[in-house]
Amino acid sequence: MKLSPVAERRIIFTVLLFAVALPLVFPIGWTTEISEYTRIAYRLIEETDENKVVIISFDYDPSTMTELQPMAEAMIEHAFKKNQRVIATALWPMGVQMAEQAFDKVCSHYPDKERGVDYTNLGYKVGGMVTIQAMGRSLSDVYPVDNQNTPYEEIPMLQNVRRLRDIAWISSLSSGVPGLKEWMMVARDSYQVPVTGGCTAISAPGFFPYVNEQRQLHGLLGGLKAASEYESLIGRLGSATTKMDAQSIAHLLILIFIAIGNIKAWHGKKGRQQ
Amino acid sequence: MKRSLPLIFAFVVGIIVLISEFIPHRPFNQIVSTLENWFMIISGFAILLGQISLIRMNANKIANRLPDWQYHLAGLVSFALMLIFGLLWGMQETPGLMGDGQGISAYLGSKPFDYLFENAYMPLSATLFSLLAFFIASAAYRAFIIRGFESNLLMITAVIVIIGRTSIGTMLTGWLPESLSFWHIPNLADFIMEFPNSAAQRAILISAGLGIVGSSLRIILGIERSYLGGDK
Amino acid sequence: MIQIMHVFGIWLAAFFTLSIFSFLYKDNPFYKFAEQVFVGLSAAYWLVYIIYSIMVPNLFAKLIDDFSGNIVLLIPATLGLMMLMRLHPKTQWLSRYPISIMIGTTAGISMLRYMKSDILEQVTATMINPFSANTVSGVLGNLLLIIGTITGVYFFYFSKKVEGIYKVPSKIGIWFLMVSFGATFGYTVMARISLLIGRLEFLLSDWLHIIK
Repeated sequence: MKLSPVAERRIIFTVLLFAVALPLVFPIGWTTEISEYTRIAYRLIEETDENKVVIISFDYDPSTMTELQPMAEAMIEHAFKKNQRVIATALWPMGVQMAEQAFDKVCSHYPDKERGVDYTNLGYKVGGMVTIQAMGRSLSDVYPVDNQNTPYEEIPMLQNVRRLRDIAWISSLSSGVPGLKEWMMVARDSYQVPVTGGCTAISAPGFFPYVNEQRQLHGLLGGLKAASEYESLIGRLGSATTKMDAQSIAHLLILIFIAIGNIKAWHGKKGRQQ
Repeated sequence: MKRSLPLIFAFVVGIIVLISEFIPHRPFNQIVSTLENWFMIISGFAILLGQISLIRMNANKIANRLPDWQYHLAGLVSFALMLIFGLLWGMQETPGLMGDGQGISAYLGSKPFDYLFENAYMPLSATLFSLLAFFIASAAYRAFIIRGFESNLLMITAVIVIIGRTSIGTMLTGWLPESLSFWHIPNLADFIMEFPNSAAQRAILISAGLGIVGSSLRIILGIERSYLGGDK
Repeated sequence: MIQIMHVFGIWLAAFFTLSIFSFLYKDNPFYKFAEQVFVGLSAAYWLVYIIYSIMVPNLFAKLIDDFSGNIVLLIPATLGLMMLMRLHPKTQWLSRYPISIMIGTTAGISMLRYMKSDILEQVTATMINPFSANTVSGVLGNLLLIIGTITGVYFFYFSKKVEGIYKVPSKIGIWFLMVSFGATFGYTVMARISLLIGRLEFLLSDWLHIIK
């Protein structure tokens, strides 16, 4: 039975839709292994002392929140568990709202954490690499107020934080430019502040060369799987872990599509040769 | 004057930035610090320029009743609504011109700007990009065909990585003994990412980096002038 | 009232989600409407945040609080206004000045950062002792890393035509690039599927309450 290309496409779309939806409705509970890149990122936060001030930069928008928001929540929770103080910044404007949503979700499990004392959201600044460079000289010049209009000098947790070198580690969760690469280039390579982070799976292969002996990046969380790995490391059943069953089934389906496509091409070639 | 002065500005600014890297003392560090702060403000105006261009383009399509003008009107209306809500009542903890919007938040559960963001912008943004999943499935079926040695290499790597990054990879080869752990699919996938992939990506980074250094130098020295636009 | 608006908000989100998904069948008015609404909301969101995050705290608030102390900020403000002159053909030339300053700053910073991060550090990371690894796979991996990086950079040298035996490293470089592209495709599949999972989870959980 020969199908038109349009019909074939619609069948593919429908099968994919069901393949992704069914494991969400009927979870299987498969487990995954944890990669070394995730462990390196975990160890950076785990081995940082209490009361240190850290930065998590929300450099993404809602289009990639499925992959990056679970990473953000897991990292904030890990930092809170270690009593580290978290500064949220954003090089993308939508990152500010993403940060607030992440804080709201995590703080519901940590009601003792206080804004201004344990965490703060400094908001969005445009400029990418140039802005990070400016932060290297003076954070208060770049952020005269936080996103609640509180002056920088009046935020208790920032009293001893003048520039990037006063930060223990920086994590950039990014889905493009500006993002993780810019933080790594300026904060780590210029100011020697340890940088780790997460990115969408599509950008992950390009960041792996930076996880090297010089530790340009202290580990990397690449995609939804890495987010679920981090959640298991901190002992949390988060949103990334619950999606991995659907991810696995969908991957299997893609491989089946590739196989069918190749078989069809081989048959077609054989037919033409005959 | 109209073209030579900007070239001189670009040269002077670029050279000062380069010098400050090697002489991080006064006056270079102060000049660069000032430039960095000014950069943020000018970038803000650049984004404002983009917004005004967008409004002009949409208004032009509506005024001239070009095809699909009704949808551009919807776009302008949504732009105006979001802008007005944001300016009047602000967002989240930031107050607007009319205060903190506690009255209206009591009805909506959040500020109008945040309400539109969560219930309109977020789903639109997320869904637009999720369409790509269907297209990649369709592309995998139609276009990912083995043709020669190189495409074979691409295909085999892709299959290993696709399986290795899921639970299926763990189940398929989890029974392998420790001595053969290299062939455990997740480990194989990690090996591919850590070594051959990193090697190729590193080659791309080095080559692209050389290109960027070259083009940056050309811009600073005024050889590359395309950013000045047409000769008017 | 809040509960009603909350439910309305979820239905609004579901409407927009299904409008975008309808494109999979074919282009239609719902998709076109949703697309343009997205463009409008996105532009307004950026504008509001530019005003409240940059213009007000970094410019206007400083000028209002201490005009004489921050008078130098009139320079970037003027340059910013010159940028807006790009809108009119007769005054477009004025926008070249702020653009040249931004381009000059970016070029200077980029040149330094890319030289350090993407060239020097990456070359340093390749200059490893391949036999220092503890395992056979580690040694093999290190050798692949060195050979792959060198042949990959060799492939990108286009200034001279490669012939004869000089084609061999180029060919090996291509093989490494193919492996990388295959890995990238695998990760791309993962990324795209993740985004779809997110949307379906919203529809099945928040909207239809099928998932608890």
